[in-house]
Amino acid sequence: MSATGLAAAGLSKPRWRNRSILPGFGLSLGFTVFYLSAVVLIPIAALVIRPWSIGLGGFWHVVTDHRVLAALKLSFGGSAIAALINTVTGPIVAWVLVRYRFPGRRLLDALIDLPFALPTAVAGIALSTLYSPQGWLGEPLAHLGLKLAFTQGGVIIALTFIGLPFVVRTLEPVLADLSREPEEAAATLGATRFQTMRRVVLPSIAPALVTGTTLAFARAIGEYGSVIFIAGNLPGISEIAPLLIVIKLEQFDYAGAAAIGVVMLAASFILILALNLLQNWTRPYR
Amino acid sequence: MKRWRSPTSDHPLTSIALALIAVGVVAIFLVLPLATVFAEALRKGLDVAWAAIDEPDARAAIRLTLLTATIAVPLNAVFGISASWAIAKFDFRGKQLLTTLIDLPFSISPVVSGLIYVLIFGLQGWFGQTLRDWDVKVIFALPGIVLATMFVTFPFVARELIPLMIDQGRDEEEAATSLGASGWQTFLRVTLPNIKWGLLYGVLLCNARAMGEFGAVSVVSGHIRGLTNTMPLHVEVLYNDYQFVGAFAVASILALLAIVTLVLKSVLEWRFADEIAAVHQH
Repeated sequence: MSATGLAAAGLSKPRWRNRSILPGFGLSLGFTVFYLSAVVLIPIAALVIRPWSIGLGGFWHVVTDHRVLAALKLSFGGSAIAALINTVTGPIVAWVLVRYRFPGRRLLDALIDLPFALPTAVAGIALSTLYSPQGWLGEPLAHLGLKLAFTQGGVIIALTFIGLPFVVRTLEPVLADLSREPEEAAATLGATRFQTMRRVVLPSIAPALVTGTTLAFARAIGEYGSVIFIAGNLPGISEIAPLLIVIKLEQFDYAGAAAIGVVMLAASFILILALNLLQNWTRPYR
Repeated sequence: MKRWRSPTSDHPLTSIALALIAVGVVAIFLVLPLATVFAEALRKGLDVAWAAIDEPDARAAIRLTLLTATIAVPLNAVFGISASWAIAKFDFRGKQLLTTLIDLPFSISPVVSGLIYVLIFGLQGWFGQTLRDWDVKVIFALPGIVLATMFVTFPFVARELIPLMIDQGRDEEEAATSLGASGWQTFLRVTLPNIKWGLLYGVLLCNARAMGEFGAVSVVSGHIRGLTNTMPLHVEVLYNDYQFVGAFAVASILALLAIVTLVLKSVLEWRFADEIAAVHQH
């Protein structure tokens, strides 16, 4: 960057920023940092500090309690399964939306964002009714001997619902930008369409697929509203970690709630870090 | 005779199969839940559904939701503009970190987002005793609900505007400034017209989330009927009370809001794709 070069040469005084003729730097950055600190950073600091009031032993005691462990296992395991389901369905949906032209495609495309737009509580009661033994889908499934509502299966359904747009929306622009020439070359060299898909298309969308899956996974871990209605919330069986935080708060066990919160926050941070590394690896500059 | 087919298009049977799978996934996972909301709301007729909406507690919930969004959305919009101005128009150290921190609330569980405010303002929180002495209520009251909503909707406007304003560069603003325009003039006459559709897009998404937020608000609200219940919380209370028609009737207002949001969003993406270039980044 040439501007950085100028700064290094001492032409601009404050080292940490480069001079610009545009006004408002102090005001906009000042307000940004103030608002960010007040609304986000300081409250998060309050969470990170809190559990240690019960000491490391107390923290460990809360986190390794079998009910908490079961909830964490369900939140992480269920999120992983849901993300994997979307890793299969997401690319198919994205492929159809990008490559095929058919009536109603725009509607289908707009609907993908429904889980982003629909309030989670609404999704929650809708899914729970839909998959209940009397529901449109629950009844036929019950005849097949499949009970999903009020079990761990219900948790996975809700987490799949909220994760789908992350995978589809991450893949769509990548698929749209994909040059068709390598596919043509593969076909010319005698590859079948399936071979082309597997050896040419799939590798080029793989980073985006991993990113989308990670985003869906990250969102699912913390998901609350769409899950609690369909989960049944049996202690140790179909209780998710965020629900346990709510339960601990209702018992005024702030430190316990904060301890679970810190574990989830740590998981979020690790996932953000992984995503940043992934994006630096796949995207040159944005 | 075999018909010629482009080497980059799928076999017709494959196309049909994939299209059917895609439509099936969307129908089962997305359309059916949406249809369920309206079907359940109208199960006992429109009158019963309307009665559940036109009732004091429901009306109080609608008012509280509107009030919360009216406070939280503009604040986050101002923040979004300010943050993107600082990040897009200037070079400074720590920019990458700042951008990452702004996105932070998206990665945090809604329940944790509510929890952090309880830890600060709750009875056993940092300022709990002080607030109690002053007789100020934050948790289980409007301020807590607004704060939790602000937290979960924090990044929406900023993350639309930052890439957009970076894309647009600084030339136009620099030209305006060199010609003697003041900062505000430059912003109002040059920057704002350039970003207005992106701003509207961000505000739209921010508002949808603000009105629909459940987890974070649920933790700080205390679920006091007619007082601290927002619409999504009112839906939960009714549903847990086995008042299913009422729950789905209120839920259908929120579902309509989601549909309107999606329609406006699609229109914006379709009409002003270039001016909201950031849209492909979710």
